[in-house]
Amino acid sequence: MKKRWRDSGLKGWLYLLPAILFLGVFMVYPLIDVFVYSFEEGYNSASQTHFGIGAYNYAYVLHDPYFLQAVRNTFLLVIVTVPLSTVIALLISVGLNAIRPLRNLFQTVYFLPYVTNTLAVGLVFMILFKKTAYSDGLINLLLAWFGGHSVDFIDGPYWAKMFVLCLYTIWVVMPFKILILTSALASVNPQLYQAARVDGTPAFRIFMRITLPMISPMIFYLVITGFIGAFKAYSDVVALFGTDLNAAEMNTIVGYVYDMLYGDSGGYPSYASAAAILLFAIVLTITCINLLVSNRNRNHLQGR
Amino acid sequence: MKVVLQNLTKNFPGRGKKNAGEVTAVSGLTFEIPDGELVGLLGPSGCGKSTALNLISGLLKPTAGRIFFGEDDITDLPPENRGVGLVFQNYALYPHLTVQQNILFPLQNLKGKDRLSKAVMLSKANEAARLVQIDELMDRKPGELSGGQQQRVAIARALVKMPGVLLLDEPLSNLDARLRLQTREEIRRIQRETGITTVFVTHDQEEAMSISDRIVVMKEGVVQQIGKPQAVYDDPANLFVARFLGTPPINVFAGQCRGGRLYLGEDVVLGVSGIADQEVYVGVRPEGFVLCETGCLSCEFGSVEVMGRDISVVSRHGASLNPTIRSIISAENRVDAKDGTVRFSLKPQKVFLFRKETEERLYGEITE
Amino acid sequence: MSGGRNYSNMNSGRDYIRIEKAAKARKTTANAVTYFLLAVWAVIVLFPFYWMLLTSVKSYSAYNAESIPKFFTLSPTLQNYADAFTAVPLGRYLLNTTIFTVVTTALMLAVITLAAFAFARLDFRGKNVLFVLFLSLMMIPSELVIITNFVTITNLEMRNTFPGLILPSVTSVFYIYLLKENFEQIPDSLYYAAKVDGTSDLKYLFKVMIPISKPTLITITILKVIECWNSYVWPRLITDDENYYLVSNGIQEIRENGFGRENIPAMMAAVVVISVPLIVLFLIFRKKVMAGVSRGGTKG
Repeated sequence: MKKRWRDSGLKGWLYLLPAILFLGVFMVYPLIDVFVYSFEEGYNSASQTHFGIGAYNYAYVLHDPYFLQAVRNTFLLVIVTVPLSTVIALLISVGLNAIRPLRNLFQTVYFLPYVTNTLAVGLVFMILFKKTAYSDGLINLLLAWFGGHSVDFIDGPYWAKMFVLCLYTIWVVMPFKILILTSALASVNPQLYQAARVDGTPAFRIFMRITLPMISPMIFYLVITGFIGAFKAYSDVVALFGTDLNAAEMNTIVGYVYDMLYGDSGGYPSYASAAAILLFAIVLTITCINLLVSNRNRNHLQGR
Repeated sequence: MKVVLQNLTKNFPGRGKKNAGEVTAVSGLTFEIPDGELVGLLGPSGCGKSTALNLISGLLKPTAGRIFFGEDDITDLPPENRGVGLVFQNYALYPHLTVQQNILFPLQNLKGKDRLSKAVMLSKANEAARLVQIDELMDRKPGELSGGQQQRVAIARALVKMPGVLLLDEPLSNLDARLRLQTREEIRRIQRETGITTVFVTHDQEEAMSISDRIVVMKEGVVQQIGKPQAVYDDPANLFVARFLGTPPINVFAGQCRGGRLYLGEDVVLGVSGIADQEVYVGVRPEGFVLCETGCLSCEFGSVEVMGRDISVVSRHGASLNPTIRSIISAENRVDAKDGTVRFSLKPQKVFLFRKETEERLYGEITE
Repeated sequence: MSGGRNYSNMNSGRDYIRIEKAAKARKTTANAVTYFLLAVWAVIVLFPFYWMLLTSVKSYSAYNAESIPKFFTLSPTLQNYADAFTAVPLGRYLLNTTIFTVVTTALMLAVITLAAFAFARLDFRGKNVLFVLFLSLMMIPSELVIITNFVTITNLEMRNTFPGLILPSVTSVFYIYLLKENFEQIPDSLYYAAKVDGTSDLKYLFKVMIPISKPTLITITILKVIECWNSYVWPRLITDDENYYLVSNGIQEIRENGFGRENIPAMMAAVVVISVPLIVLFLIFRKKVMAGVSRGGTKG
């Protein structure tokens, strides 16, 4: 039982005032406002007037080839990077869990990308992959060693650009996944493994029947956060291909929102709002589907 | 299957800079467990009993010494090839599998010619479940079971592959007192029915004494005494064993052997022969006291604790190493403490003498 | 279930040696493969860092003369670092980012500490409803609210000012939640004891709760610093005056316009300068950073 102290009723609100104020101005109000914007037709940002209410903004965005391109890019990025990064992270974490010497060193190294500036390292990736007048770049050199043809990964064909983007995205998201999976693996009761060993269980079976089910909640958590994160990809794309993403055919949905809001083609908060809400709807849908599928999978894994 | 441990030693590398040297968990462990017996490995925590168990299971490799199952030297064999069943203190059931899947798990590992058909596996699992009386719970998950039920599942899982040796690591310590009593009888019954050689580790002397065919008392990695529970209780090899077994614990006095007599302080209590004159520790079991007007041991009366069938007289004596002396006598006795003293005579067979320096038992004849 | 002698792995002595040898060999191979794969990933992670360091000490002419990139250099130079600071206002970017990071983090700590204290310790009408509302805000992606915030800040004529940069990110519902959980673990009896001694709420907060929750506060600080140092999208929207650029925007600016497009060694020098502070911070607080991130941070 908490005792009520005199006048602490008002006091509570007083302590919360700064938080409520900031959240109100910069989260709650904008949240309502973005819906309003998205339905205001013909909004003019200079005069701040509009001449109608309706779904025109959505229709415009959905028919904008740049938006469709952005949606295609984003989906491709999500479908490639989320499963791939999760599987690689799982392999690495299992490896880390199996060794003793050098484990801390590896863990530290693997975490480095998390604390680096996405824009800055993106620049390094760019020069590694880029073909210039002077030099084909390091990656093309390696390709040549293995008998491949040189490709400009930054200004070249679509697949090459997508390849670099996926690679860089995986490089960036890996530290978080490895960290979560290693601690999940470490928290499995070691006696379960001892019990299985005494019973002569082969290593692969231990992994499939004990390890995977025990860490499956964390894997599903990573898949869901991975989906959400990849759908919001933007700054790593800018890092590789510059700010004019539409010209590079590499725009993402978030990039489209910002371009609509600001920049060379900007000044259309209504279109930006409509696109942002569409993104939110997509993310929400995918997350719900994920939750449904993972629930069924979990039950299946656990033998229900 | 007979189990033989020969000179088994296990050192662990020291941790940290402070104690960089090796830590010896078990040293020179030598004993034999006859086929079909239930042996209790007994000792205070940190005495190496769990290490000894893990050496037998193969989860640890000994630094020196050999282990035999029957005639086979299995010292270098990995655990999966030893055919042992292991039950952990906290059961280590697979939480995501049902009871039935848990019990089936070891059978599904069998490969090649040992491989069993589904029907055989199921019937074996059912048999094991019936043996430990959990056949009604087959579709539950471990999280939905009580501690006692989980314990039974763990035993069934260990038994289902018909191990040559069953190893139990503190199997009862996570159960409440009533359940512990019941489960230990259950373990005894299962062991009798299957006839599997069983080693079971505990720090609870009462538990070990009540169900073991034989107990091994350990201290700091070294075996102190091996024998049938009653024999060890009646004839402890040293002061540690005497103190470790029995509730209430043995009463210890500083005493002297002088001229064929045993002195506790100034009181001459018993006669001794065959022991040279020296300072000794004297252990007296609580049931070794007899209330007697003319008794030779005069104590300051403390209180009487009623225990039903018996009463416990709490008193003090100058030579006692314990703060109080606890004696257990039949409730039919009347305690009347005139001027605050009670007098006891001692039963010679309940009195043990120990050399003061080594705390080893001194054997000689003790008389009234 | 009788007998207990059905010992399926009964083997002769020689088999034991064979089994043991096979087990050992398997283990050695598995170990070697594991280390190899782990090392491969370590190289993939480290190589970009190596390349940026290497390129940053190659001279401009040497770099451009290499049509086949070299994996090392025999004549390292620090000229690129001097160029990075003189040709573009890199020092200015660093200063701006430092100011932004320190002020944002400090303000946020104050706001969330007060809020978490109210939720954890004080009783008032509507507390539970308000807390649920706060929690539901955690699900709102920043992309959704950034549009209006951009308009708001523009209307307030706070573009290209520090308040405009800082104010939208001085609250975090997630950190309030984290800190509240932590505060609630402090036993009530401590609070009542302090009350009996006549300690005020604010004094109790500063003398008892904050010191006890220091580990969590440090974790939050580190995570927020990382977030601030790397933030790109909001600063990009709200600043177009070079004097208010943060490092991320600075890098983008350098990439688009600085040094001329080809002075890659100078670019890499700037990248090194920008990356070093956080890497140093991470190496010092390695355990805290990793524990903090695993407790609840996704990048961005």
